[in-house]
Amino acid sequence: MAPKATAPIDLTGYWVSVVTEDWRYRMVTPAPGDYQGVPMTRAAVKIADAWDPAKDEAAGEQCKSYGAPAILRVPEHLHITWQDDQTLRMDTDAGKQTRLFHFGERKDAESTPTLQGDSIAQWEIQRAGGRPVNGTLKVSTSHLKAGYLRKNGVPYSDNATLSEYYDLVKERNGDVLMVVTIVVTDPMYLREPFIISSHFKKQADDSGWKPSECSSRW
Amino acid sequence: MTRNKTILTLAILLCVAFPALAEIDLSGSWTSKNHEDNLERGAGPNPDDWAGLPFNESGRAKALSFSQSTISMPERICWFQTQWHIAAGPFSLKIWSESDPLTGKINAWVLGGWETRAPMTIWMDGRPHPSKNAPHDQTGFTTGTWNGDVLTAYTTHIKTGYMRRNGAASSDQATITTTFIRHGDMLTLALVMEDPVYLTEPYILTRSYISTPTPVAVAGPPCIVGYEGVESGRVPHYLPGKNPFVNEMDKIYHIPVEAAMGGAETMYPAFRDKMKDRFVIPPKCTRNCGAPMPGPEPN
Repeated sequence: MAPKATAPIDLTGYWVSVVTEDWRYRMVTPAPGDYQGVPMTRAAVKIADAWDPAKDEAAGEQCKSYGAPAILRVPEHLHITWQDDQTLRMDTDAGKQTRLFHFGERKDAESTPTLQGDSIAQWEIQRAGGRPVNGTLKVSTSHLKAGYLRKNGVPYSDNATLSEYYDLVKERNGDVLMVVTIVVTDPMYLREPFIISSHFKKQADDSGWKPSECSSRW
Repeated sequence: MTRNKTILTLAILLCVAFPALAEIDLSGSWTSKNHEDNLERGAGPNPDDWAGLPFNESGRAKALSFSQSTISMPERICWFQTQWHIAAGPFSLKIWSESDPLTGKINAWVLGGWETRAPMTIWMDGRPHPSKNAPHDQTGFTTGTWNGDVLTAYTTHIKTGYMRRNGAASSDQATITTTFIRHGDMLTLALVMEDPVYLTEPYILTRSYISTPTPVAVAGPPCIVGYEGVESGRVPHYLPGKNPFVNEMDKIYHIPVEAAMGGAETMYPAFRDKMKDRFVIPPKCTRNCGAPMPGPEPN
């Protein structure tokens, strides 16, 4: 059966970031040199210390902090849909980015690396008595164009890879949360995998959807 | 007869292969990855930083009255550490199960290992929560249920404590829902606090851990009450309008006071629109900036 038909959880719909963690790194642009919590290599610090948003703007690279390893830390709305039976699509209003999660094998090594990279998806289905009762979407992303983990120039290289686990949590008040565990691995700029988790609240409709361009400074 | 035996054998095999309720083993030592909220979980948050906290007016007023010296009062030294300390502190976890010796059925999961906290017992045997009039303590009372491989624990009967280690308080009516999500060697905890006294919406934090072969102690040093310089009869506090740190986040990070004072709207992206035209990127970080830890670089 197609992945759309076998989905153990429904991730489709509109979601909004709930920013209760790393607030000063996400809701505003942090100070140059403020790298708390990121296990950066010295080479990464050297690059981040040279962060110059004007230079990124001049190069047309305002979206460097909107790549796949960072996009779920951006305060934003998400719209998740099935593009087809094999492909889950995620659109963001902040930065107008699109990610495609392809189920099954997909070889795209000849193409140019991109901010959102190539993502392979699979369901991890939890069963009880042989029946599916819950599950996780696991997404593995590679072939990434280098970018920033944080707006103030904390870098990841084009050798970085990303693993994500999407789970649903139902609150007692009936709200549904999407909890995404994010693991960024980068042999060049991270001393160890950078492990964080972001959470989003399910929205009834698109009323909060407000597309905006990428920004190097905000 | 042979056919019946075959069916019976298959039924037994199916029962063994697929337990009636999916569960996953959570036991072991788990290292906390403090890559997010690093300062807040380690040294502690900046004073008067309540951005992203869904306060109501009472919660904000109580927090503004807080002096850090409050927790040097003998009556308050151990005051703040409810089960929320899992999320607000930096500590690693030890998780183990306690089973019925006759049936082998797991009666409870227990979390220990973080400093100054008693272990948290999650009862899995279906027992009810105590009456609402039952005494509260810092550990509270917790029950758990499985949904597939995900364990959800619900804690009630906690004493007043804190949501953030800078005076943001939780009341004794607060409850905590903790969801344990395991992915191989990783464990993600999603904690949701509801508090009808001080919050307008649930306060949500998610935390990450990785499995480690290095044992995490089942208990840390206890919180010990002693004299810390606050003389008997004095209650450190700030009167309304007298808190000297209200502008602290603006001074350090250019975060507007209305953001630092918290409230549910500060949790959502739309709040950025209120700050956008005023915000100026702060000057280069000079303290609490993070830096590479000593040790070898990766190959």
